Amino acid sequence: MTVRRIVTVSAGLSTPSSSRLLADRLTAATERALGDRGIRAQVRTVELRELAHDVMNAMVTQVPTGELPGVLSDVAEADGIIAVTPVFNASYSGLFKSFFDVVEQGALDSVPVLVGATGGSPRHSLVLEHALRPMFSYARALVVPTGVYAASEDWGSGEEGARELNERIERAGRQLALLAADHEQRAEDPYDEPVAFADLMSGLGT
Amino acid sequence: MQFGIFSVGDVTTDPTTGRTPTEHERIKAMIEIALKAEEVGLDVFATGEHHNPPFVPSSPTTMLGYIAARTDRIVLSTATTLITTNDPVKIAEDYAFLQHIADGRVDLMMGRGNTGPVYPWFGYDIREGIPMALEHYNLLHRLWREDVVNWEGKFRTPLQGFTATPRPLDGVPPFVWHGSIRSPEIAEQAAYYGDGFFHNNIFWPATHTKKLIALYRRRYEHYGHGKADQAIVGLGGQVFMRKNSQDAVREFRPYFDHAPVYGGGPSLEEFTRETPLTVGSPQQVIDRTLTFREMFGDYQRQLFLMDHAGLPLKTVLEQLDLLGEEVVPVLRKEFAANRPAHVPDAPTHASMLAAKRAGDHNEENTEVRE
Repeated sequence: MTVRRIVTVSAGLSTPSSSRLLADRLTAATERALGDRGIRAQVRTVELRELAHDVMNAMVTQVPTGELPGVLSDVAEADGIIAVTPVFNASYSGLFKSFFDVVEQGALDSVPVLVGATGGSPRHSLVLEHALRPMFSYARALVVPTGVYAASEDWGSGEEGARELNERIERAGRQLALLAADHEQRAEDPYDEPVAFADLMSGLGT
Repeated sequence: MQFGIFSVGDVTTDPTTGRTPTEHERIKAMIEIALKAEEVGLDVFATGEHHNPPFVPSSPTTMLGYIAARTDRIVLSTATTLITTNDPVKIAEDYAFLQHIADGRVDLMMGRGNTGPVYPWFGYDIREGIPMALEHYNLLHRLWREDVVNWEGKFRTPLQGFTATPRPLDGVPPFVWHGSIRSPEIAEQAAYYGDGFFHNNIFWPATHTKKLIALYRRRYEHYGHGKADQAIVGLGGQVFMRKNSQDAVREFRPYFDHAPVYGGGPSLEEFTRETPLTVGSPQQVIDRTLTFREMFGDYQRQLFLMDHAGLPLKTVLEQLDLLGEEVVPVLRKEFAANRPAHVPDAPTHASMLAAKRAGDHNEENTEVRE
């Protein structure tokens, strides 16, 4: 059976957090949609809170400590990423941004990403469009069209509200599955197969 | 196997006294440290090159020329020479001149430099660092080997009928190491020329260093310079020692906690676990350094970073005594044991001259037979 690797990143801070709640539902929707295509999802869910010190270590010294190196290499090998952050000060949380700041440049190139955010008020829902989407576009990720924002009230809304959120989650999961199914692992590791010297020198004075 | 030290040349406040050395004091301290390195029996002293505060060594050949005059044996090197923002013509001349002054006790380590603004200050663009390093070194390599060079490239004005003077001592260019911590292109470059490859692994986990060195070794063999295990590898190291390991930790911790490079980051304990930094007894340093061979294979040069983070000169000199008296003699013996006979030492002027003479001799014989 074909396997696709999904890494889910949640930047929620409390336990349980609504970001994690949303992240789990997006993950489940993605797994179902991949399953419909006969693909098994291999999921790793990362709570950034547990990596917070390691992320800061990497930020100030570039030395990856603790579990971080393993997480970063899973991110680099993912066929799809689900990234969910709480909204802090009208944007993604600092921890969320810092984590993606220490992801190797180029690691997200052409990697499908599904963005999600949670907040106390629905008024911040556009954070997906003005903060998360541009950041992942900069990283050359393929951000799926549907992002999912869940405000506190969505978790307790009546049937209609719940249906809207559910539909959005399912649609987002389908879109991520669609891209992840076709995602090709990047070319060889440059440390395994270097560009030959003659090619490196092409166009240069010799 | 060569053992030595490399200095970044940072001017850093001593966090235990709040005192910052002057540039003059730091420069004089670097020289004293280099002289001490020879005195305690080390093989190599290498200086960094920087063009921004808080670093002092902007003029490596001035410093190394002075040290050459006051030493007899130690090899003078760089860590690193900026092959990007320096004019390769000037590198060719400066270091050939130094070679004559030092009677051949000179080699260089090429590096790109990672300080963004230095590039535009010298009229370049950091985004072109790799192609610039490749083109500049290619020209440097020719300038030392061809008496008259005609050259045209992307990053420097063309040369017609140019001869770099003086010519390298005995017609033998200085040996070159290429230093890189993450670029496969530089490992490939070192392998192509059959030059040395130095990984300054002091901030890196072994798994990463291993990949890059393995790549260099494989490509060294590919380009026909010898077997992979004969490639010329150098490694960094970073140590602080006291007879009693608890004393070493207690004394070094404030320097670690405030060091510009890792202060505010991982704890001393995390850092010593994840990187080659060793803070403890001389025996711990010996044990740790010996693991490098297990990880990366037999190698040719081990350089330690000893004088940074505001450590006072007196402390650094004590560290060098420990390194020279208690650590390096044991390492020499241990590294020599089980070292396969076909693994070469790092090339020196004497060994390259002997190889050249043997080569010339063979050519003459061939001509006679023809």
